[in-house]
Amino acid sequence: MGLEQKLGEMGVVTTTLEQAVAWSRNYAMWPMLFGLACCAIEMMAAEASDYDMSRFGMELMRPSPRQSDLMIVAGRVSRKMATVLRRLYDQMPEPKWVIAMGDCASCGGVFNNYAIMQGVDEVVPVDVYVAGCPPRPEALIHGILTLQDKVVKKIKFAEKS
Amino acid sequence: MVALGEDESCPYEECMPDIFEVTVDDLKHLVSERAISGETMLLNMGPQHPSTHGVLRLLLELDGETVVNCIPDIGFLHTGVEKNMEAKTYQKAEVMTDRLDYLNTVGNNLAYSMAVEKLVGLDVPARAQGLRVILVELQRIASHLIWLGTAALDVAAMSTFLYCFREREDILDIFELVSGQRMMTTYIRPGGVWRDVPVEFEKAVRDFVKMMPKRVDQYEALLTRNPLFLDRTLGIGKISGEDALNLGMTGPGLRASGVNWDLRKARPYSGYEQYDFEVPTRTEGDVYARYLVRVQEMRESLRIIEQALNKLPMGPVRSNNRKYVPPPRSEIGVSMEALIHHFKLWTEGFNAPKGYIYSAVESPRGELGVYLESDGGPKPYRIHWRTPSFDNLQSLPLMAKGHLIADLVAIIGSIDIVLGDVDR
Repeated sequence: MGLEQKLGEMGVVTTTLEQAVAWSRNYAMWPMLFGLACCAIEMMAAEASDYDMSRFGMELMRPSPRQSDLMIVAGRVSRKMATVLRRLYDQMPEPKWVIAMGDCASCGGVFNNYAIMQGVDEVVPVDVYVAGCPPRPEALIHGILTLQDKVVKKIKFAEKS
Repeated sequence: MVALGEDESCPYEECMPDIFEVTVDDLKHLVSERAISGETMLLNMGPQHPSTHGVLRLLLELDGETVVNCIPDIGFLHTGVEKNMEAKTYQKAEVMTDRLDYLNTVGNNLAYSMAVEKLVGLDVPARAQGLRVILVELQRIASHLIWLGTAALDVAAMSTFLYCFREREDILDIFELVSGQRMMTTYIRPGGVWRDVPVEFEKAVRDFVKMMPKRVDQYEALLTRNPLFLDRTLGIGKISGEDALNLGMTGPGLRASGVNWDLRKARPYSGYEQYDFEVPTRTEGDVYARYLVRVQEMRESLRIIEQALNKLPMGPVRSNNRKYVPPPRSEIGVSMEALIHHFKLWTEGFNAPKGYIYSAVESPRGELGVYLESDGGPKPYRIHWRTPSFDNLQSLPLMAKGHLIADLVAIIGSIDIVLGDVDR
């Protein structure tokens, strides 16, 4: 995987270092520049002047999956797109996270039909679901804060058990 | 939880056997002999690419850096909107229209509502028509702002993007004020609009109309005479008016090639004949001309909004024909008949007369048409959308031929495609 495995046997130093790594990952998480449909416009709005996602260390959208840590699935995923989406996910380096933005990516939304995947979790594991059609930029930012919380808490949980 | 893909014993291909992928080999019959012999190079662009404006995939045939041929592969966002609409009653099908062309949601509502009104013969009150025009023109500006921001971003002008989104938020605030939603408003309904606008509406729109011309000047100061921008756009992606017409191009792309065709002037609807505005045209037909036409269109839209706001009459905003239009909420508590109409309309819907119609509006991208066929029941028998992006995209191979691969990005941006509109 990543740093954790290499430093696995180092006792108490490891845990604090892990926390430090999780903290730094939180605030330098690079999302992939990857929009599908309507939600992509709100994702762009969240990146742009009024909402300014760079406050949370997310302003650097990477067009290449090889450089990104977070995939925001913004929009409906058609069956034709599903393989592409999975390939993009596989190309991302570990550790990686996925946010399903909007109703379509979460559960198919209003499109219960032959063309649309009923939730992107059929193809990739999802960490945070953001509701809304499309979600407001605030909702996406809330989803991202939830994810950051999750990244830190996962480490804390591993320490306790 | 074991995530898909992490568990080696169950690869995702087995979980989803019914999806397939088009490979380059499947598209080889579309390219020339030179590409197969290896003289020219085949390159895949998209569907995940920062400047394809969505999930467009292009198969490029390159001779060095020059584009010999360019084959669009669409369908990555096919949603089945038309089929879904056939399974819903006329009122309920409207929510699907927002999600077609998600930069022109209000315009899609208008096109659909006009088609239903034409099918059943509904009248629309003058105030509703005025409100429709104001909102659709605001939407046109918002759509052009996103186009300007992203197309300038494609040719490396980052700051324009940030400025454009700042003004777009003001328009979305107005939409939120009238409908409660930022993008998917479903505010325009068959027979009028959902409800009257709040009192703050007029001031919000007036403030916007007053502020916006200066902002458009700012964008022009950033781009119009910028030598870097000129180098990337002047003489790039030329198309003649005749070719554009033959390929079914409409909208700013066609008008930049010297054909003065705007449905708002040519076939006025929703009271556009009352307003005094120009249709900006250019004759060059290149990326720069399309940029100039769109920027000028924003200014004309502001003129229309101002006139529509000045002329906006008082009165009802929904048709009084209770067989097709639900009664206002206030009537339901006091009138038994209103309650019955409300119940009937939202459970069964209304039966439209047998027949078919075509109705079109001028969307920010061109002619947005709805073909609606009724078999006499409460649901559309067939609905087809004539979406402008789909037809405009057909001109891409012609425009791209002979240009450098870096210019292709500017050309795609200048067509202003929305993939939700292309794939439906």
